[in-house]
Amino acid sequence: MKNLLKIAFVTLVVVSNQFAAAAPKIEHWVTDSGLRVYYVNVPELPILDARLTFAAGSAYDGDKAGLSNMITGMFDKGAAGLNADQIAEAFESVGANFSAGAARDIAWISLRTLTLEDQMTSALDIWQKVIEKPDFPDADFDRLKKQALVGMQAEKQNPSSIASKAFYKNLYGNHPYASPKNGTEKSIAALTTKDLKAFFKQYYVNKNGQLALVGAIDKQQAMVIANKISKALLSSVGGEERGEGGKAVAIPVVKPLTEAKTIRIPFPSTQAHVMIGQTGNKRGDKDYFSLYLGNHGLGGSGFTSRLMKEVRVKRGLSYSVYSYFIPMQENGPFMLGLQTKLSQTDEAIKVAREVLEKFQKEGPSEEDLKASKLNIVGGFPLRTASNDDIIGYIAMIGFYGLPLDYLNTFTDTVEGISRDQVVDAFKRRVHLDKMLTVIVGGKAVNEEKATEK
Amino acid sequence: MKQNQNRSLSPVGRFRSSFLIMTMSMFIFSIANADEVENKTNVVHETVLENGMKVLVKQDKRAPVAVIQVWYKIGTSYEHEGITGLSHALEHMMFKGTKKHKSGEFEKMVSAIGARNNAFTSQDYTAYYEVLAADKLEAAMEIEADRMRNLVFDPEEFKKEIEVVKEERRWRTDDKPSSLLREQFNAVAFLNSPYRAPVIGWMVDLEGMKLKDAIDWYKKWYTPNNATLVVVGDVDPEKVITMAKKYFNVYKSNPLPEVKLRTEVEQKGIRNIVLKLPAKLANLRMGFKTPGMISAKNGEVEKWEPYALEVLANILDGGDSARFAKNLIRGKSIAAGAGAGYYGYGRLPNMMVITGTPAKDVEMSVLKKSLLDEIEILKTELVSESELKRVKAQVIAGEVYERDSIQHMATLLGSLETVGLGHQYMDEYVPGVLAVTAQQIKDVAKKYLIEEHLTVAELIPLPLNEENDKKGAKQ
Repeated sequence: MKNLLKIAFVTLVVVSNQFAAAAPKIEHWVTDSGLRVYYVNVPELPILDARLTFAAGSAYDGDKAGLSNMITGMFDKGAAGLNADQIAEAFESVGANFSAGAARDIAWISLRTLTLEDQMTSALDIWQKVIEKPDFPDADFDRLKKQALVGMQAEKQNPSSIASKAFYKNLYGNHPYASPKNGTEKSIAALTTKDLKAFFKQYYVNKNGQLALVGAIDKQQAMVIANKISKALLSSVGGEERGEGGKAVAIPVVKPLTEAKTIRIPFPSTQAHVMIGQTGNKRGDKDYFSLYLGNHGLGGSGFTSRLMKEVRVKRGLSYSVYSYFIPMQENGPFMLGLQTKLSQTDEAIKVAREVLEKFQKEGPSEEDLKASKLNIVGGFPLRTASNDDIIGYIAMIGFYGLPLDYLNTFTDTVEGISRDQVVDAFKRRVHLDKMLTVIVGGKAVNEEKATEK
Repeated sequence: MKQNQNRSLSPVGRFRSSFLIMTMSMFIFSIANADEVENKTNVVHETVLENGMKVLVKQDKRAPVAVIQVWYKIGTSYEHEGITGLSHALEHMMFKGTKKHKSGEFEKMVSAIGARNNAFTSQDYTAYYEVLAADKLEAAMEIEADRMRNLVFDPEEFKKEIEVVKEERRWRTDDKPSSLLREQFNAVAFLNSPYRAPVIGWMVDLEGMKLKDAIDWYKKWYTPNNATLVVVGDVDPEKVITMAKKYFNVYKSNPLPEVKLRTEVEQKGIRNIVLKLPAKLANLRMGFKTPGMISAKNGEVEKWEPYALEVLANILDGGDSARFAKNLIRGKSIAAGAGAGYYGYGRLPNMMVITGTPAKDVEMSVLKKSLLDEIEILKTELVSESELKRVKAQVIAGEVYERDSIQHMATLLGSLETVGLGHQYMDEYVPGVLAVTAQQIKDVAKKYLIEEHLTVAELIPLPLNEENDKKGAKQ
């Protein structure tokens, strides 16, 4: 399930669009203490979505892998003297949903509530408390650490998780993106609530944050909420002033792989899980749209993509096969993935590689490119159809500092890209001789050879 | 979020990114302000075409988009042993072209109108959908109408596609310990109810499946009088109905096979199974046979009983303030995860399912006892007013949150209609939950959550490496 969610998230982030008429109107301002606010009024349903984001993902863990992730699990475990039971009760007794989490770049604290006065007031009040005065109780942290270890055991019985972890580790080497988001058994064991407080004080500050608000509140209400949250972020931590803080230091530039690498991990599964890739692109990248548009036809559009046609439709080799770029603050991965029964692993990899190689060399046909544009432009209105979609976009635009008219110009930008631009971008950015291949499944290599004979 | 747990028997899709997460506790929620948030536009336009096809349209003008779904009353619970997974395999074949549009062309057409499309199969239904700009609706409807009766079955396509389905089974079930546990748990809990079979089908049945099986299945069940068209979005209901007549009324009604009752025989004592698998985590799955909403509709149990079971599940597991999270995950800290779900929204009665993963260094027996103790407490003590109030507040809010997604709304309408509850059930749900009392929860706990009707499945992890060698030898 986790992986399904991940795929869904990636799709959401990779796409974007614009139909001048349909793009939501984003209002943006900065509070006195420096919190950047992004607001869209959607009056139809009595719902408010709020998402507070910080540059505080696992790329900022340093030598304490898993810290950024663990902290997001601690907000609702104790705040302003309330314990976990009381906090959960406070949110849920008014039907509000609270969540918090971290990816590699970003950490977020989210709320969904009804906008009826009593419910919204109560929900925002408790939300503000967990942001302002998290207590990070030791007992809860000890329990959370044990749960994190159970989570790691769950990953170890999941070939897809094993593959993904190995992929990031081998792709990024010494770069912070290599570090597992949920840490390691050793790093988690070493964490203390003191670490949480120090991390909180440094990164959960106005100048490192963005607040996205979407729903049935007017601008006046949005400003009041933003000011409250901004003020909450000024509270002291363990008796020390937090102040307005500053932006997190830049994530180091990613170095691409210098040679091809294949990692084989034995596992008692019926299928091999294969990931092939390299470092890709970043948010605001000059090649972003060319790569996005090209990949749509390569492996990003489901059943009309080349990979799907060749690997699944023509040969029945895999249920799922895809490729995508995950643009991040610095170059995120470009990856191609599939799963196939062990005996046809080599064949599936060969077919997928051939598709990729041909595409990298020749690019899409004019016809394919036209089909991709039709799909992206025609499907634009779907992307901001719900409040949930809208907050996803504006939180992303705010966090990565993309232009406010990003959605309004998206389809024109896509329409304007030529075949030559796509061919050129793939030639420059995709390096067939320096790909990482991770294969999870089957026996250790030497035994495998013995069986083949 | 706890509310988003998969409460239904898992439907199986054709493509993983749209694997359907059916939440029936999506209905979670209400009280004080129920009236205030009541949406006046919450009207469903219902029509039955001359050929017996039902059409449901709900307008939502928030964005210029629409979703169209065609639901067929066919799924695993209509299959018999030996052909399990046939409904799902046929779903895959439904993308392989018609007399008018050859294989591949269909996908291109859908893509060209900017639509997202897919399908899903469950125990009780198979559904196909497109989500798209509202002004492109007609193109999608034409496609859906075309493949209702004009599918072409190519032996070569079938040969490849059945391999894809097998890969899907390996990916979805065979390599996932908790999925294997669920599969075998269902097969043991039900002796003769068709809910004992997995939607994806047993591997041996997939291996024995023939093209002719799919053709026969299609001819029998894909007919307008066995289908419901659902459209939700920025559309004019009258125009949608006119369009539906134009494209679907060209087919005549056909006689449908008789669906046998297959009512599950009464369980007469606890059933235990153990699965030993290469895995890292122990896992527990327990189920008590319960009536469904359908049982109340058919007058077999009191109307309030299924609602009381639904609220009971949320008392145990309706968020971080519910009993499992409060007492077992935090409190005693003996569970890394624990869940309760009422599977009450199918065509046939199912179970109240309790799941758990022990916390680090905690024995499974300890967790199992604590989970069952929580059930016993429900039989002896009334739940508190504040707990009831919390569940009801979540139900009210959840009902509003659901409206944010037109796909979700369409799926609710279509599934309720297709399992026989009727789409009107959506309006009955909130009042039904709000009327539940603490005494009723105690009553259903005593009546249904009893050892005689309990099945317990336990996953005992074997080392991953040893099994590696064994499996390797088998290959």
